[in-house]
Amino acid sequence: MNRRENLKLLFTGSLASGLLLTNCTPEDKQADLSPKIAGGTPGGRIEAEIERDQQLLSETFFTQEERKKLDILVDIIMPADDESGSATEAGVPDFIEFMMKDSPSYQTPMRGGMMWLDSYGNDHYGKTFLELSENERMEIIDLIAWPDKASPEIKGAVNFFNILRNLTATGFFTTEMGFNYLGYKGNVANAWDGVPKDVMQKHGVELPEKYLPYYLKPEERGTVAVWDDEGNLIG
Amino acid sequence: MSFEIKSSSETYDVIIVGSGAGGGMASKILSEAGLSVAVLEAGKDFDPAKDEDRTQLRPSWESPRRGAGTRIRPFGDFDQAIGGWDIEGEPYTRAQGTSFDWFRSRMVGGRTNHWGRISLRFGPNDFKRKSIDGLGDNWPIGYDDLKPYYDRVDKLIGVFGSKEGIYNEPDGFFLPPPKPRLHELYIMKGAKKSNMPVIPGRLSMLTRPINNERGVCFFCNQCNRACQAYADFSSGTCLVKPAMQKGNVELYTQAMVRSVTTDEKGNATGVSFISKVDMKEYKLRSRVVVLGASACESARIMLNSKSKTHPNGVGNTSGMVGRYLHDSTGADRMGIMPDLIDRERYNEDGVGGMHVYTPWWLENKKLDFARGYHIEYWGGMTMPSYGIGFSMDTMRKYLKDEFGNPSPNGGYGEGLKKDIRRIYGSTLGMSGRGESIPQYSNYCEIDNNVVDKYGIPVLKFHYQWTDQEIKQAKHMQDTFEEILTESGATLLGKKPGPETMYGLATPGRIIHEVGTTRMGDNPDTSVLNSNCQAHDCKNLFVVDAGPFVSQADKNPTWTILALAWRTSDYIVSELKKKNI
Repeated sequence: MNRRENLKLLFTGSLASGLLLTNCTPEDKQADLSPKIAGGTPGGRIEAEIERDQQLLSETFFTQEERKKLDILVDIIMPADDESGSATEAGVPDFIEFMMKDSPSYQTPMRGGMMWLDSYGNDHYGKTFLELSENERMEIIDLIAWPDKASPEIKGAVNFFNILRNLTATGFFTTEMGFNYLGYKGNVANAWDGVPKDVMQKHGVELPEKYLPYYLKPEERGTVAVWDDEGNLIG
Repeated sequence: MSFEIKSSSETYDVIIVGSGAGGGMASKILSEAGLSVAVLEAGKDFDPAKDEDRTQLRPSWESPRRGAGTRIRPFGDFDQAIGGWDIEGEPYTRAQGTSFDWFRSRMVGGRTNHWGRISLRFGPNDFKRKSIDGLGDNWPIGYDDLKPYYDRVDKLIGVFGSKEGIYNEPDGFFLPPPKPRLHELYIMKGAKKSNMPVIPGRLSMLTRPINNERGVCFFCNQCNRACQAYADFSSGTCLVKPAMQKGNVELYTQAMVRSVTTDEKGNATGVSFISKVDMKEYKLRSRVVVLGASACESARIMLNSKSKTHPNGVGNTSGMVGRYLHDSTGADRMGIMPDLIDRERYNEDGVGGMHVYTPWWLENKKLDFARGYHIEYWGGMTMPSYGIGFSMDTMRKYLKDEFGNPSPNGGYGEGLKKDIRRIYGSTLGMSGRGESIPQYSNYCEIDNNVVDKYGIPVLKFHYQWTDQEIKQAKHMQDTFEEILTESGATLLGKKPGPETMYGLATPGRIIHEVGTTRMGDNPDTSVLNSNCQAHDCKNLFVVDAGPFVSQADKNPTWTILALAWRTSDYIVSELKKKNI
């Protein structure tokens, strides 16, 4: 029994307080914090963080219809090609769903933007976005996807598409598929020994002569440092 | 092991409040002298070597927000510093028309879990600024007093760098610096044209081992996530834990200190704290109390420690506790390097920070502001996380096709995907971090109208920048443009102008706040004497950045460590002499 339940019972007056407070075993005081839904951030989380991730993961923001639109839209922004899969294959819609709850300021522009697609479709084609043909959809997307050319009257829809582009790109490039497509080589243990020589040559830069004797030599990474009294490394 | 709840009737030799840089160093030195020590930490215990605490080497997709910041971890979901600018149940207030943002870390090691590990000694001039420009005050000690301690800190904790022989940027016992990254080489080339120095960084990561207890850096760029090999400095892994293993040190976690308790003579008898576990108040007794809770938190504890002999709070006979609060100045600028678009891929993570930096290089006599700044550089092919691919609605135009035609902003599709890949690693930027002038009128005090969830009255901040800092920020912006342009970069965004104080960061945002319990020889104008001992309470000491008379254009941590070591030596010697 936790403190809050104790207090609730105390104030509803259903039981004697002394009994309640002394009856708590140490096990009762430890709330069960093990995550029930997978997908929360691992590593050194405090209780409030575990609770929040669980809460956000248990909620659903997008309606089924919005989710269908989202799947179409993210694959327009990040389609599959010869080198990698698409945004939906990379799980981008789940990421965007999570971000709607993690950063609630996204909610109104995203929901409103998807509604705008329907309104525009109804006004100009007599169909909602999902009912449109692929060509018709792309005619609308082309109105809002190019901010420098877009009509000022539909700036709100352009802003929506900017947000969607940001989230789709980030959602894609932060997956394993995205890392591979990008060619990111890091996040592994290594011994940094500077920019590869051919790369420096190509860019016309070089290491300053003056520091060459002092830079870290990877082969000395195992040797405990020893200095003389003047601070010169001597071993 | 640590105690989450412990009621103790025994008396410790020393109680240390806070387990950050100052508290950690004090726990090590005092316990090695054979003293019994209790360390009180407001947050939880934590050890990055344990897999359940590890965030290091986790790829972005292990976070449902892909590494985006949260209220508790504003610097990113994998950042190890727990707390932030806005902690649930621990408010602070600001006087109207003034601003201050207060960053706190509630965990073992405190804010050393957050910092950039930039480890710069203050130079001889930094202790004697009033003698040079007539502003602020001199420290009661000089570089020669701290030099032996800086030397010991270098050897105990480890810092890489290069011997340069610059008078006000003293050299130390350096480990070998890592070679520069590609964007850093571009910056060095550009800065050379402007006669600006760009030298190897001075950061506390072990490029080589200093003992057999800590591992060496394996270049993952993630020091802010805390290192499983203990190859970077944080107080928990390098000071508190070793002190607990070797000496008589007991760590109390989840212990929120409310006040220093005193006897009728006004001497400290221990502390009173709230356990966050059962929300009950406990008292601990000791012969000496050492505050290392951070400049503002230590000031808060002192101001909240009122008694008959200390009606304005312990240590506050002068009324100076909380006064002269000052943070470093900060401003930034960003650019895109056309020569780095479509760049070759290789692992460029490096250490968790800059491999090169620019120390202050000009003569203030020829300038319209009094103090200097250093410049930190950033860029490179870092791990893609939340934010990658953003802003293509304004940035895509910097990409040109094979005929030299710029890509249209925005868009979608395979072309957009390719363009994000092309632009990756081509943006770079810099941040100036400078010295501000301490002001009596910039301060924190107790807000009698507000308590936190532990019932402890909170701080109210009063802080405004002066013309000195605003002019310095203007100079930074001109310099940033010059370096970026000379390096071949295209400037991004609009140059910040007077309407934003030239992009000058809100006070507190650089997280270098110091000065609230400043040291001095005159008890009427300072809180502590030259040994960081309270003028009006001889067994009370402060070991965080509160004692700083002025915050140089250097990051404060190395000076906190050196000063805390010196103060600890003094405590040991005074206890031996039975003076306290």
